[in-house]
Amino acid sequence: MISLENKDYKKLVDKHKPKETRVQNAFIAFIIGGIVGVLGQLLIEFYSYFLDISTKDASAFMLVTLIFFASLFTALGFFDKWVNFAKCGLIIPITGFAHSMASAGIEYKKEGPIYGLGSNIFKLAGSVILYGIVSAWFFGMIRYLLMGGM
Amino acid sequence: MIYIYSFLFCGLVCLIGQIILDNTKLSAGHITSIFVVAGAFLDTFGIYDKIITFAGGGAMVPITSFGHSLIHGALEKAQDFGLIGLLMGMFDLTATGITAAIIFTFVFSLFFKARD
Repeated sequence: MISLENKDYKKLVDKHKPKETRVQNAFIAFIIGGIVGVLGQLLIEFYSYFLDISTKDASAFMLVTLIFFASLFTALGFFDKWVNFAKCGLIIPITGFAHSMASAGIEYKKEGPIYGLGSNIFKLAGSVILYGIVSAWFFGMIRYLLMGGM
Repeated sequence: MIYIYSFLFCGLVCLIGQIILDNTKLSAGHITSIFVVAGAFLDTFGIYDKIITFAGGGAMVPITSFGHSLIHGALEKAQDFGLIGLLMGMFDLTATGITAAIIFTFVFSLFFKARD
């Protein structure tokens, strides 16, 4: 009787366990993603204030800064742990793009500079660029032809 | 105030991504690709521009802004050169990010080894 109850209990636990981690994952992704967003805004204001440039130019500086640190931390080896923890919180921001390129580059460089590094650098980021360009071209054409461009 | 919107918007995009990642069979690669397409789609109607005006950096950081920048650069050139301008200006705004990622990856992969 007790063992049966234990089994039922285990079933209940299994039912609820993945859901809880899902909620936890979603929460962590929200918080970390939000922090990265605030960091982006801080960097934009920092650059536009100290370098006296427009917000648009400052956002390019901000992206380069985030890409630099994401690549560096990936190369140093601890960004993988951060990504495993924050998941989409770091994958969806531009840091994920830089992380995927840096980790592919570092992993495949042992296969040589051409067929290793060169062929695989866009292994993960390539799909983002491909579908980004195809969709931007398609939607851009729609907007240009049907809505008169900008 | 812009910081709060930055936090909320960027967090929300990541939250949606995480929910898709956990509840479907789609991988992180699928999700980033979908989000880039979504960014380009939202800019078709000028929605993403409005989001950027109130969320600032929070809207520039997620990968959706990559799609937005692609289509924006393309349309800017299309103003001057017509349909071929879409091809000429595609990388105008994203060149910084892509080039930076390539250079940093190349340099760092020269100096660092993979750790298992």
